[in-house]
Amino acid sequence: MNVPDYTPALVVAIPLLGAFLTPLVSRIHDKVRNGFVIVVLALNAFLIGLLASDVFTNGIKTYVFGGAQDITLPIVRILFEVDGMSMFMAVISAILVLVAVIYSWAFMKENTGLDKYYTLILLMTAGMLGMELTGDMFNFFVFLEITSISSCALIAFWTHKGESVDAGFKYIVISAIAALFVLFAVGLLYAQYDALNIAMLANVLEYTFLDKIALVLLVVALTMKAGIVPMHMWLPDAYGRAPSSVTVALVGVTLASLYGVFRVCFTLYGNVLSKITKQIDFLGNPLTVTVNGTLGFVIILLAIITILFGVIMALRQIDFKRLIAFAAVAELGYMFLGIGTGIAAMGTKHGMTALTGGIFHIINDAVDVGLLFLVAGAIYYATKELSLNHLGGLARNMKYTSIFFIIGLLAVAGMPPMNGFASKLIIYQSTYQLNPILAIIAILSSILLLAVFVKVFYSAFMGPALPKFKAVKEVPRSMLLAMGIFAAIIIVFGFFPQLIVENIVQPAANALLGYTDYITHVIGGI
Amino acid sequence: MIFNIPFIAVIALILIGLYAVVFKRNLIKMVIGITLIGSGVNLFLITLGYRGDSAAPTIAPIYTSSPGGIMSLPVPQALTLTAIVIGVAVLALMLSLVVHIYRHYGTLDVKKIRRGEE
Repeated sequence: MNVPDYTPALVVAIPLLGAFLTPLVSRIHDKVRNGFVIVVLALNAFLIGLLASDVFTNGIKTYVFGGAQDITLPIVRILFEVDGMSMFMAVISAILVLVAVIYSWAFMKENTGLDKYYTLILLMTAGMLGMELTGDMFNFFVFLEITSISSCALIAFWTHKGESVDAGFKYIVISAIAALFVLFAVGLLYAQYDALNIAMLANVLEYTFLDKIALVLLVVALTMKAGIVPMHMWLPDAYGRAPSSVTVALVGVTLASLYGVFRVCFTLYGNVLSKITKQIDFLGNPLTVTVNGTLGFVIILLAIITILFGVIMALRQIDFKRLIAFAAVAELGYMFLGIGTGIAAMGTKHGMTALTGGIFHIINDAVDVGLLFLVAGAIYYATKELSLNHLGGLARNMKYTSIFFIIGLLAVAGMPPMNGFASKLIIYQSTYQLNPILAIIAILSSILLLAVFVKVFYSAFMGPALPKFKAVKEVPRSMLLAMGIFAAIIIVFGFFPQLIVENIVQPAANALLGYTDYITHVIGGI
Repeated sequence: MIFNIPFIAVIALILIGLYAVVFKRNLIKMVIGITLIGSGVNLFLITLGYRGDSAAPTIAPIYTSSPGGIMSLPVPQALTLTAIVIGVAVLALMLSLVVHIYRHYGTLDVKKIRRGEE
């Protein structure tokens, strides 16, 4: 399937244009506006699907802004460079935002200021997609800021609640500092190489002292925004206190930052990190280590801490959404575990398998955690209550919601036949070959997650019918539809994991490792 | 040595800003800290724009009567302008959140706000 060359620019332009048309459309009627936003995002998701199938079969596409499409060196123009990994993340973002907007139809109905809400959601989509498709470091910074400003405003959307404003403030402090670090790193790279283009920079990077500082700044800033454990403080607050529909879109923002980490480690520094070998003095014996392997083990260590921390903190939460947020932290750890193992055992068969598993887990996590947040939102919508101490017996009144919760909990805990099982199994078997202890910790944490969610299921849905929830009804259809989409994806991915791995995940993994293709596509032969 | 003074100022601004964000308990002071980091980064970018061996880069190439000689590409200046505009948006958003927080809790002290939640 071939698409025109300008499609990468179009998928960012459509939500951007839609964002500024929304307040105008909103003057006609509220329902027209809601429909308009859904149509815009559905059209965009359709275009992303077409673009993805094109990129997965025909390889990298570029689009140069401003006139002629031929690339002349040195590159001063902004360009979008789209490879398998970019499209993989763009597909995830598109699905998450579309479902979030469908869910908002009923969930946000009673709020005022919804024209701004939808404008912000569309801006956030444009920012996310821009981060994932761009091939220019400064452009990446601009989209990062667009995303963080709009998502911060959305986290604090319920301004009548002090705690959500507080969560929004925390988030903007974190993301403002992270964005400034990124800008500083971009300045460091520009000062040395006179280039902002990722492919050009990757080609000439020499790994000087300043480059190392830039690497540290970029990785710290982006993992801070992705919520990896030492820098996760904002994540449970932001996830827990934003409206549920926003939380689902926010999962996409977090994953877009994670994509930034991958882009920096595998593409921008891919050339130097995979070559460097070092002589170190280990207990008196000279030892040759590859820096790459060290990076892999650092990531594995962070991943293990993230998993354990997330699970243990989830065990002691009583707030439904905060609990899911900590489970989401643990799930981020699984992705990092797969990818870290992939780096540490680069070149071997199980290393490649681990990388595939880690990338497959990104989409599974987005869908599973998204479904659980939607269920939590549905419970809040029906009962205005999120504390597990006060909930109970809801399965009597909310049949479909409880079925969706069971699907979500099995998927997050990695139980067959859901999709979480498919990706976690790949991660377990490949990490086992690297070091059995890693696999044991991962499996144990999964079992703990299952325990956590069974407890939640019991205390929220089972037990005696509570008199105060007698009038609770099933949630409206649009919310059920949104949850149904996620549940359907979970079950389809769970039954046909091979199909997904071969058609979507494998191109992404290849794109991540094939940084030379990314460079030569712009520079044209080294 | 004299050319290094801007870079020393950059590091000093960023460190002072980070100190304010991490150790100050007043929300307004945290916002000031972030603005300081932003100024430091912008100063860094604009310092990069200075190339001793070229004509003044502040003159856009469209002026045909500009002095001769090699012109430097004004990319850092463009980056700085963009960063300043974005910085203003972030600053406005942060201050509006601070206003909301003050309305809810009646204080700007981080510790007291946390206590109010529990």
